[in-house]
Amino acid sequence: MGEKKRIELDYSKIESDRMRLNVGPQHPSTHGVLRLEVELDGEIVTEVVPHIGYLHRCFEKHAEKMTYPQVIPYIDRMDYVTSMNNELPYVMAVEKMLGIKVPEKVEYIRVIMCELNRIASHQIAVATFGLDAGAFTPFLYFFRDREYILAIFEKASGARLLFNYFWIGGLSADVHPTFKEDVLAIVKQVRKTNKEIEDLLIYNKIFIERTANVGILPADVAINYACSGPVLRGSGVKFDLRKNEPYSIYDRFDFDIPVGMGEVGTVGDSWDRNIVRMREMEQSCRIIEQAVAQMPDEGDVQEKLPKRIKPPKGDIYMRAENPKGDLGFYIVSNGTDKPERVKARGTSFVNLSVLPEISKGYMFADLILILGSIDIVLGEVDR
Amino acid sequence: MTINEIYEQLKEDYGDSIIELVENPPLDSSIIIKSSAVFEVCHTLRDKPGFEFDYLLCLSGLDLGENLAAVYHLYSMKHAHKAVIKTIVPKDNPKVPSVEKIWRSADWHEREAYDLIGIIFENHHNLIRILCPYDWEGHPLRKDYKEPEYYHQMKVPY
Repeated sequence: MGEKKRIELDYSKIESDRMRLNVGPQHPSTHGVLRLEVELDGEIVTEVVPHIGYLHRCFEKHAEKMTYPQVIPYIDRMDYVTSMNNELPYVMAVEKMLGIKVPEKVEYIRVIMCELNRIASHQIAVATFGLDAGAFTPFLYFFRDREYILAIFEKASGARLLFNYFWIGGLSADVHPTFKEDVLAIVKQVRKTNKEIEDLLIYNKIFIERTANVGILPADVAINYACSGPVLRGSGVKFDLRKNEPYSIYDRFDFDIPVGMGEVGTVGDSWDRNIVRMREMEQSCRIIEQAVAQMPDEGDVQEKLPKRIKPPKGDIYMRAENPKGDLGFYIVSNGTDKPERVKARGTSFVNLSVLPEISKGYMFADLILILGSIDIVLGEVDR
Repeated sequence: MTINEIYEQLKEDYGDSIIELVENPPLDSSIIIKSSAVFEVCHTLRDKPGFEFDYLLCLSGLDLGENLAAVYHLYSMKHAHKAVIKTIVPKDNPKVPSVEKIWRSADWHEREAYDLIGIIFENHHNLIRILCPYDWEGHPLRKDYKEPEYYHQMKVPY
């Protein structure tokens, strides 16, 4: 027998048949009813076409037939894991149109509720991201903690998920007497769990191997696609509306903006987007502690309003920093008690549009991770 | 840069294509431009030093009764200033040049405005419905829209 020769293959010249694969809409890894049409070359993703709209509930059409306060419950249902944050830009926009200032106590309660909801949302994001990577335990830890936060919301508003708590000119109800102690206990618990999760998941070698250098989103592409929130900050852009354009009373608190730095891979990879969420939870804890210390005990939680809310003619665009990014409402008023048009700039809607750009050339299993790292909620994508 | 300065500079560059500045304090002021100049004006707004609007916040469609309008909310990361650009087109010929090549985020926003309001964005690479089913008829956010009775033999009003 002659000498055994190793066959050298130039893999770039071998081209297999492209395969078109359907992912979703009913699949847990698509985080809701999202359908992806994926073109594969072997196991490499060559094209992704998202098909959305399975959860379209005509929010904007409904809003035109409602009075201004009646729109708020619909807004809760947009991004159903961050309802408190969703309500804030809408009520701020209507308050600005009417020219009313809400009481001091209301501002503090709003900030505390928003930051608690930010923690709850990031907990889900990191938990399900771990789930996508095959880590089941962190999911259980986070969901146990999230229950404590939801219990506070339930005591204040009566609901666990869809609150209708921020009203135009105030709140639907005052908080319960033990509110401050409950909140501080949660902050302690969140910090404890986050430390555990960092050891268990974030700096775990298997997790880093799976997520570092996957789905790299350069800063200029992120800006051109109008990405916001942890997706933008994960790419190293230090932009947070709470700091850059402070609304409500965010200018009174001392906190940092965490950005992705490419600690284990490249700036803007999936790991970076995830670590930004972990660090933002700590910053939210800091804001909550300061807000609880400054919050006045006495005071009204509802400003006096006319019976029918009729903003003057004109249009306004108001945005606020949601856990997932920049949520905006474009409201056109025609002078009556019903809005002429309410357009919601859904954070997840805009962030999802970058998926086809950043998932080309990766393995199919990585596509699921990249989708998880963008952290979408289909209720907001489809509205 | 305030919206007045942006308006003055645009007026210098484009003359008649810039129609007017609508001021409505304390609410948002907006610059109304001709639909034929949308692409050039937006390109200038993104690239000219001093403007540098690199971030398209939101693109919405509006039904004004006789006319339709496309509204662009722009933001600049570098200078932290904002601008609102509006263009008004007649309902029977609602054509606006696409800005998808300037800001990639406009892609889905334009598809949404086409789907719900029925503005046709010219030179868009893939102008199809996005939220409604692909074979839906009509544009639901128009004020004169009537719900169809049946969709694929299913009764729509319930």
